[in-house]
Parts: sequence; C-alpha cells; structure tokens
Amino acid sequence: MSVLAYVDGIGVLGPGLAGWPDAAACLTGTTPYAPAATILPTPHLLPPAERRRTGRVVKLALSVALETVAHADLNPAGIASVFSSSGGDGLNCHEICTALAEPAREISPTRFSNSVHNAAAGYWSIATGAMAPSNVLCAFDASFAAGLLEALAQVAADRRSVLMIAYDTEYPAPLHAKRPIPDAFAIGLLLSPTRSRVTLASVAAAFTDAPAETLQEPALERLRAAIPAARGLPLLRRLALGEAGSTVLDYLGETRVRVQIESCR
Amino acid sequence: MTPLLLKSYTASSCLGVGLTATAEALERGCSGLVACAFESVRLDTYIGEVAGVDTQSLPPALRTYDCRNNRLAELALRQDGFLAVVADTAARWGRNRIGVFIGTSTSGILQTELAYRERATDTGELPAAFHYGATHNSFSVADYVRRRCELLGPAAAVSCACASSAKVFASAQRMIESGLIDAAVVGGVDSLCLTTLYGFHSLQLTSRLPCRPFDRLRDGISIGEAAAFVVLERVAAAPAADAVLLLGVGESSDAHHISAPHPEGLGARLAMQAALSSAGLEPEAIDYVNLHGTATPSNDRSESQAVTTVFGGAVACSSTKGATGHTLGAAGALEAVICAISLRAGLLPGGTNTRDVDPLLTAHYLTENRRYPARRVLSNSFGFGGANCSLIFGLAG
Repeated sequence: MSVLAYVDGIGVLGPGLAGWPDAAACLTGTTPYAPAATILPTPHLLPPAERRRTGRVVKLALSVALETVAHADLNPAGIASVFSSSGGDGLNCHEICTALAEPAREISPTRFSNSVHNAAAGYWSIATGAMAPSNVLCAFDASFAAGLLEALAQVAADRRSVLMIAYDTEYPAPLHAKRPIPDAFAIGLLLSPTRSRVTLASVAAAFTDAPAETLQEPALERLRAAIPAARGLPLLRRLALGEAGSTVLDYLGETRVRVQIESCR
Repeated sequence: MTPLLLKSYTASSCLGVGLTATAEALERGCSGLVACAFESVRLDTYIGEVAGVDTQSLPPALRTYDCRNNRLAELALRQDGFLAVVADTAARWGRNRIGVFIGTSTSGILQTELAYRERATDTGELPAAFHYGATHNSFSVADYVRRRCELLGPAAAVSCACASSAKVFASAQRMIESGLIDAAVVGGVDSLCLTTLYGFHSLQLTSRLPCRPFDRLRDGISIGEAAAFVVLERVAAAPAADAVLLLGVGESSDAHHISAPHPEGLGARLAMQAALSSAGLEPEAIDYVNLHGTATPSNDRSESQAVTTVFGGAVACSSTKGATGHTLGAAGALEAVICAISLRAGLLPGGTNTRDVDPLLTAHYLTENRRYPARRVLSNSFGFGGANCSLIFGLAG
C-alpha cells in the first residue's frame, strides 16, 4: 500500500544551502558543498508588528514556505499546510524556562503566545491570509517522514494540494547539550493530487524495514544525521537528479519510509 | 468521509478517572475545579488537577519517559479495559497497521522547568538525569503511548495548541482513508505546568474563580489537565445500534492573530461547515454542540456568533470546561469522549458554573442537564495560532 502525490514545488534553507537550486547543485555534486551558518531572511511577508515578535523558527519556516509555493505560481491563501518540527522555537523556550526558574516567575505574554508549537503555521496563515486547514506535528527525530506521510495522506484523502514544511532550529545552552541541533534547516514540498504543467516529479511512499539511504558526501551526511528535518535530503537528492529511482528515509526505529520517485519533466 | 467506529474510549480529568466517574460527575453536574495549589505555584486562580498522577508508575522498560505528562497518560490508558481493546485491534489488523496520533500542547515541559531550577551554579548545565527527548519533547507522549501499546505503525504528536487533540481525529481519518493504516489510537494528553499557568496569567486570561463559560460575568479560563484516548477503526458491516461513530471532521485557520480569535468567528464557522460537509449533513441534523467555550470574553463571543451563523439560535449547546477546566491540548479528545458519553446516555450536559447567560451571546446555552436522545453532536476546538477543528459524532443505529 502506498500513497502518491505530485511534487509541484521544492524549498530548502540550511547551513551553506541557500535555496533549492543551490541545494540541488550540491546534492548532485555539480558544485561542492561548503557548510556555513544558515542565513535567515527577514519575513517581509508579515505585518511589521508581527515581524518584530517572531523568532528564528518563524523566519525559517516562512522563507522556505515562500520558496516552495513560488514555483507553482499558486495563491498560498488556498493551500492546506502541514508543518512538522522536532522542537519548535528553542530560544523562546529557553527564555521562558529561565524566567520560571527566577523567584518572580514573570514571563512575557508575547513569548508565551509564541511558545505554541504551531506558531510558524499561525504566522504563515496570518501572512498569506490562508484559512485552509493547517496541521502541525512533532515526531522528534522522525519529524520529516511524519510530516511527509501526513501531507501525502491529506493529498490522497482530501484530493487537495498540501504545502509540507519540515523545519528545525537550535536550542541555546544549557538545553543545547541535551538536544544538540547545530543550526536552522528546513525543507518544503508542495504536493498535489494531479499532475500539472508545473509538476516536477511524482512521489509514492510506503512503509519498509530496509535501512535508510545515507549521503556519500561526508559534510552533507553529517547534516542529514544532525538535524531531523535534514533526514529528507536523500529524497531531495533523488528529485535533484531528475530521474526515476527510490530512496528510504529514516522514520520510527525499524519502521522506515520508502519513496518511489518518477520524473515528470 | 467514510464513518469510523470509536471502538473503545476513555478519559481522565479532574472530573474523574475513567468513564464511569466522568459520566456520574456529568450526571450530577459537578465541577472538578479547585483553588490552585499545584507544585509551588502561587496564583489566584482555579485549576483542574487529576487525582493520583504523582503516584502513578510507568512500566520499568519505559522508565526514561517518567514525567507528569506520561504518568497522566499511563493512568488514563489503564482505565476501562482500553489496553485490552488496543491489543485485540493489533491482533486483528497487525501492529504495523495501527497509527498513534496524540495531541499535546506542552507535553512534559514541566520536567525542563524543574531542571532549570537545578542548573549547575558554575557551568549552568542541566542535571545529568534530565532526559529531553523522553519527557519535554512534544513527541514524548505519542512515543510513550506507541511503545506502551506495542504498536509499530506511523505516529506523531499533533501540537496545534488547544485544537491539538481534535485534529488527531482528522490525521487518523485521512491515514485510514488513504489506506496506510486500518485503525488508530488517538487521544490528547496535557498536564499542569508552570509555562501554561504563568503564561495564561501573563495574558490576563485566567479567572480568579472557577471559569464560567458564556456567563455575563465570565472573565477567563481555569486551566485543567486531562488524558483521553480513543481506538478508531474502520466500521464493520453492521455496527451495534449504540456504537458511536466519527461522522465528520472540519478544519480551518483564522489568518487573524496568534493569540486572539477572529472577532466574528469566521475561522470557527468554516471549521463547523467543513465538518458538516465532510459528514454529508445539514445543520438541522445536529442535536447538540459541545462548545470550545473557554470563558474568555472574546472567545465565547466569537464562537457564539459562529454557532448562530451556522445553526441559527435553536441548537442546544454548552461548554463542559466549567466542569473540567480548559485542558488545552487534551480538550479535543476529552470533549470527544464527553460527546460519546452524551450520545450513549441521552444526556446533554448543562454548563457547570454558568449562572447568568450573557444576553449578548445568541447561541442557545444549556445551564442545566437535559435528557434528550441526541443522534448527532458536534464538538468545537480552537487554539492559538488560529487553529480550528470541529468533529461530528453520532450513534450508528
């Protein structure tokens, strides 16, 4: 049993990877991968008041969401979305826990409002006017495949296009020592139930117990292993190659996800 | 959508541990809210605390998951023969054909709040015994339930603030409909912690009294904790007449504000209409609406407007949060179980604590229990970030 969808857009942002064309070139070996700190753009999409209140996790998710929908030339207001993150806003969480350990226990109302795991999805909806359903998941190290499966199930069951964003940012010390995510990284996929003129490929996912595919380039493999959202990089490499093939993604222990890719270009 | 069977369900909140205690408390119109004396919290507010959470122990193999949130999950899983039904379901379909989708807003963050008090004075490091992934992380509770139920299918925590554990029904329904799984354990677990108690206080959204949804004098929420679980399964050819089915799911986003509802309840209206459309029902088919009804002035106003727009002013509705408190990420699943109890018992629960219904709220709010053989009911759950979800449940026969 597998679930199928058509890939109508791709977005990537991470350490040394500034967008999908850049990442595709690194993943296919056309240009060498040079790790460097992730550069997060200002989310001009948001009204100034909201822009001031948002942290790295929102900047990351919104930037990748915009790149992902741009290829399809669709109005994002009508697209359902799935946001999947292994941890949410690490700095915001640290600030709240720090304040709660002080005698006064005064936490900022803005920090508390932004502490919800679905903050990025909420700001995406505010920024784009999207009133379509949005679901927000966490599956710890399995968060990329969990988001992909949720999005594919939505495409299959509801027959509508779904924007899937998997994204992670780092925790500061002292939580960093317990959860050592090194930097911000996100992947976006726009998935649709039917093939169109913008379709890049089809993907069909099913469960498997076969081992996960790793990346041969050592620095990219370190990235894949270090950040849960980057567990999707083997899928992006296959999409960048633009040919038929399959890959196995990490998920929950022995339960993994095989993705069959067919090019539509 | 194709209807799904609620094969087994259970709930534990301040109202009671397990179905019998919960149903009896609803029949009596009780509230479980008490003045806040949780941990070292000193706030002038009422809370809904579940009895016996601290003394609950986890199986030795799952000891790393030990935290208040997973103890609450364990306590609830042990009620009403729930784990036995999960085992039967696994035997029928296969362990890898059953998903686990659990809603939570704060999971085991209390563990991190406590660990921050114990930071090393020289290095600032957290205690060695603190385990982030198995306690604080949102997925911890879904991972715990999956391991406790010995399931091998897909799993995720859904964390959309106070809509989380309504949305798990939608996730499971889509995955069953798409053929990836045949059944799912869905639910919601959220436990008391300092982040939500002090956080809602900082937003001036907590009441100093037991919360009074839809009351003229309502002035905020009472935070509660709960764990509720449901086994959802494809419907057999001829389900029992008194079997409870999930008939419709509807979701929307407000696109308005991170912590305030749309003033006219536009997102709420879209979610209810989507649920009706998903069930293939007209508004007249709904006998009762279990409101989100948090008791903040703005939430109740926008929800009342949305309900009146969709259903007119006739449909009976109430919020059970005066009885249970607002159990945040567990509210959707808890109120789904309350809907199932209502359908089976022929009881529309009156809203506890509400004395003087706000005349500006046009929805038909019940302040007393009403005996009525409801066939189909709708439950609303809305959250920060503008996340909205409505579910429709009904009797099979």
